[in-house]
Amino acid sequence: MRFITVIAIKEIRTYFASPMAYVVSAAFLAITGFFFVASVSDAFAEASIRGYLAGAIFFMIFMSPALTMRLIAEEQKLGTLELLLTSPLREFEIVMGKFIASFVMTMIMVVLSLYFVLVLFVYGDPDIGPLLSGLGGLMLYAAATLSVGLFASALSSNQIVGLVVGSGILTALTIIDFVSARLSGVGSQILDAFQLGASFSVFDLDSFGVAEGGHFADFARGIVSMTDIAYYLSLTAVFLLLTVLVLEARRWR
Amino acid sequence: MIKIEHMSKSYGPYPAVIDISFEVLKGEIVGFLGPNGAGKTTTMRVITGFTPPTEGEVTVGGYDVVSHSLDVRRHIGYLPETVPLYLDMPVNEYLTYMGEIRGMNRSWVKESLPKVIDMVKLGEYQNTLVGRLSKGYRQRVGIAQAILHEPDVLVMDEPTIGIDPIQVVETRELISNLGEEHTMLLSSHILPEVSAICKRVLVINDGRIVADDKPDDLSEKLQHAERIEISVRGAEGPAFINAMRDLSVVVDARSDQRASISQRAEREDFSPFIVDARPNLQASEQIAKTIIENGWGLTNLTPLPMTLEEIFLELTTEENLGD
Repeated sequence: MRFITVIAIKEIRTYFASPMAYVVSAAFLAITGFFFVASVSDAFAEASIRGYLAGAIFFMIFMSPALTMRLIAEEQKLGTLELLLTSPLREFEIVMGKFIASFVMTMIMVVLSLYFVLVLFVYGDPDIGPLLSGLGGLMLYAAATLSVGLFASALSSNQIVGLVVGSGILTALTIIDFVSARLSGVGSQILDAFQLGASFSVFDLDSFGVAEGGHFADFARGIVSMTDIAYYLSLTAVFLLLTVLVLEARRWR
Repeated sequence: MIKIEHMSKSYGPYPAVIDISFEVLKGEIVGFLGPNGAGKTTTMRVITGFTPPTEGEVTVGGYDVVSHSLDVRRHIGYLPETVPLYLDMPVNEYLTYMGEIRGMNRSWVKESLPKVIDMVKLGEYQNTLVGRLSKGYRQRVGIAQAILHEPDVLVMDEPTIGIDPIQVVETRELISNLGEEHTMLLSSHILPEVSAICKRVLVINDGRIVADDKPDDLSEKLQHAERIEISVRGAEGPAFINAMRDLSVVVDARSDQRASISQRAEREDFSPFIVDARPNLQASEQIAKTIIENGWGLTNLTPLPMTLEEIFLELTTEENLGD
């Protein structure tokens, strides 16, 4: 546990020592801000963060891999991975430390964007349920996307490869409902079960859609279901485990 | 402290190290000498637990590098050839981090960091970003991270490569001083460097250990030896070796360790030997005469193409070119 903390703190400091943290936070605030404003400036708008959530989870398809792409790829490029792997650390501790750092960064951004909620309370009467479930879902969603990004970062010493592969996996999980809509029966149901949550219908400024059959839909509506929680937690666990395996496999080459 | 028994390491079908065995005792400074690509880095990576051996057994301080990897890594300080550093961290922050992931707690780091920084003379650069330092200073940061956690064993891969001659001298001095307190394995492709620092030298070439000696004796042997492979029928090993050693032209004689056990078994009657002789003295002629006088059957007498002398030339000329 101590090693995990040491690594996480180091990585968080590195985020703030480079322009990365600032650029990504600014983009996150700008984009979610846009969707929030667009969703509440309608004449009959409801006081909710639905637009914000839809924008945030869509943007995270690209933002999460951008935050994690450096974490392992750069260690390989600089050769510092050799120092990490010859220190008395387990691969699991390295991966967890880095994952936690990226998660903390994402949560800092989410917290910075919470003034939207304040705005809602000042000018309206928002429903607390969907607000809390939405933010809780956002944390789970962030964890899942970051673990995919971290896995992609472990694959090579090239950060761009990490970004492309990570966003690629997340995009595939997002557009999976395009495919399932053209199938029927069990196949379609199985594919739907993997839908990540975001949807391209976010750009439809009347609905600010999240994927209807996806795992985020209920969170946005104020419903907390065990299926959705289990989906995000297992996605996170599976990709963190794969990352550990990729690092372990490196030794055996 | 370091014990390697019949270790081999291949990368896919490519063998990097083939059946090497040696031991480094507590407090010894051993130089690991060989041309580029000989297998030095691979051996060090196995010792430090970065990569497991394909075959054989390697222990450090009694711990096996595969089954007790974490214990091994706790006792080792390692400076890889590439001197990996986080360029965007200040020197003392980098060293603190390295200390902590080696298992030191904050107060221990606080206590030993000033001492180590003083030892490697980095005092005025403590707060400089590692990326701004010159190659020689980065090397010192690399050495500092290897010794900070007071490891029992130090493994340094080419610690003076790529730095300017004045800093090379300083770095060698620093390493010599470290050798007084640590068991150390140090690799180099430059013979004079190893001779200056180490009391024992292992020469590795093409993945095999070809010599293990004191630096002075090694130079002597390397410079003056001509290597001959001999097979004889009907000779007892020790008797043959003694007969050879009695000859004034012969420097050393031993049974051929390069031949595998199966090969040796097959050719039981034709035991292969290696004889190092002084050059230009018609050694082959005298050796052949002796064998025949003893009533043995000479079946093979071949001067070996890649001799230690050639390796030696390769190792010494590089330093001359470098300077």
